[in-house]
Amino acid sequence: MSVINVEHLYKSFGKNDVLKDISINIKQGEVVSVIGPSGSGKSTFLRCINLLEQPTEGKITVAGVALTDPKTNVTKAREKIGMVFQHFHLFPHLTVLENLTYAPLKVKRVSKAEAEEKALALLERVGLSDKKDSYPNSLSGGQKQRVAIARALSMEPDLMLFDEPTSALDPEMVKEVLDVMKDLAQSGMTMLVVTHEMGFAREVADRVIFLDQGLLIEEGKPEEFFSAPKSERAKDFLDKIL
Amino acid sequence: MNLDWSQIVPYIPFMLEGIWVTLQFVIVSIIFGFIVGTVLALFKISSIKPLRFFADAYTSMFRGTPLILQLMIIYLAVPQLTGYDISPFLSAILAFGLNSSAYVSEIIRAGISAVDKGQTEAAVALGVPYRQMMIDIILPQALKNILPALMNEFITLTKESAIVSTIGYLDLMRRGQVVGANLYRNFEPLLFVGLIYWGLVMVLSLIGKWVEGRLSVGD
Ligand SMILES: Nc1ncnc2c1ncn2[C@@H]1O[C@H](COP(=O)(O)OP(=O)(O)O)[C@@H](O)[C@H]1O
Ligand SMILES: [Mg+2]
Repeated sequence: MSVINVEHLYKSFGKNDVLKDISINIKQGEVVSVIGPSGSGKSTFLRCINLLEQPTEGKITVAGVALTDPKTNVTKAREKIGMVFQHFHLFPHLTVLENLTYAPLKVKRVSKAEAEEKALALLERVGLSDKKDSYPNSLSGGQKQRVAIARALSMEPDLMLFDEPTSALDPEMVKEVLDVMKDLAQSGMTMLVVTHEMGFAREVADRVIFLDQGLLIEEGKPEEFFSAPKSERAKDFLDKIL
Repeated sequence: MNLDWSQIVPYIPFMLEGIWVTLQFVIVSIIFGFIVGTVLALFKISSIKPLRFFADAYTSMFRGTPLILQLMIIYLAVPQLTGYDISPFLSAILAFGLNSSAYVSEIIRAGISAVDKGQTEAAVALGVPYRQMMIDIILPQALKNILPALMNEFITLTKESAIVSTIGYLDLMRRGQVVGANLYRNFEPLLFVGLIYWGLVMVLSLIGKWVEGRLSVGD
């Protein structure tokens, strides 16, 4: 079953054509890594999938809901699309536990007991049970990102979008976040991950897609893509970073 | 020159009454200005162009002309135009409230736009509706930027309120002048009301500090 279906997606900011004719289909449980040079449109692509950016043209269907259909209630549909940002964006005036219960309580309107029980289970899963009453600003970057992942999971999404989740972290904290993501991938979550962590892409992803200047240049299994990229642009890119 | 404080003693109750007279219209003006200012701030962040234009023009006008001129227009010119004999109290509230709302709207708008864009995106991505996001996520954080600036605006308003003495409103300032004229000595009464203004401002500053302390949760 397809969870994300993108057909002929175009996105421009004024005269700047950032995404050009992107089409992709992602199945349930699939983990897809998006790689490409800075400015190639990776973030914009991800943000189109939950309509944080309004596509200029094209059709996006997520978990059976046609997001680009004007009649669709986009706010409602976003509940099912988890998103993790490079800079966490935790709510600083709420405790870690409140960060996790806020959306279930106010958006899904579950009971307080249920929301807290779920939140505590998620904190346990990301290894931060002892931080439930802390405020985000007292956490390390790695801890913040693990809370952010748990917060996205609190809405029980059908898929998770990650935009360079480890790029803002000190090197020693990258692993703890990647471990949480690996665990999530193994649990069968559908994931679309923009990353510069080639190790993660190689090890965890089922598929790698390579963007350059707004074009989807190449896609394939990680082992094939990394050992024998088909396009010149992908070769150049891999030469530079590996 | 020597100071003689004994002469103003009989006038002290008269001057102290001025505190209440001043506070009365300052408080009403602050509330009035805050409500209008909040509405203007909402206009400024709305997506409806005419509302934004109106709020911006309003702010530009009231910040771009002297307060005393605005007061004179309301007190002197409006009655000539409409025939309605406006009281000094009402003129004062209108002038100060309308003027203050321009500053307050700018403070609120700036406070909201200073909240990290990422907060909006995180809330939107979780499926939080706009109204709820503003109330639960954005405004509580904006308040930390807004309240200190708002307190400053209230302090400014309290001090500037002395301008109403020019339309014969018997506020603290005017009472100091009246006593000075009666005694043919200005220094003591003016110094006396000066100390009272200073005390009022100190109290407002302390309240501001206390509120700020209460808001710093999570830093
Ligand atoms: N909100 C925006 N307004 C205007 N231009 C934007 C905006 N967001 C991204 N861009 C432009 O789109 C291009 C792709 O950006 P982005 O998707 O962030 O690339 P990447 O994530 O691959 O580094 C860049 O040229 C960037 O300047
Ligand atoms: Mg990016």
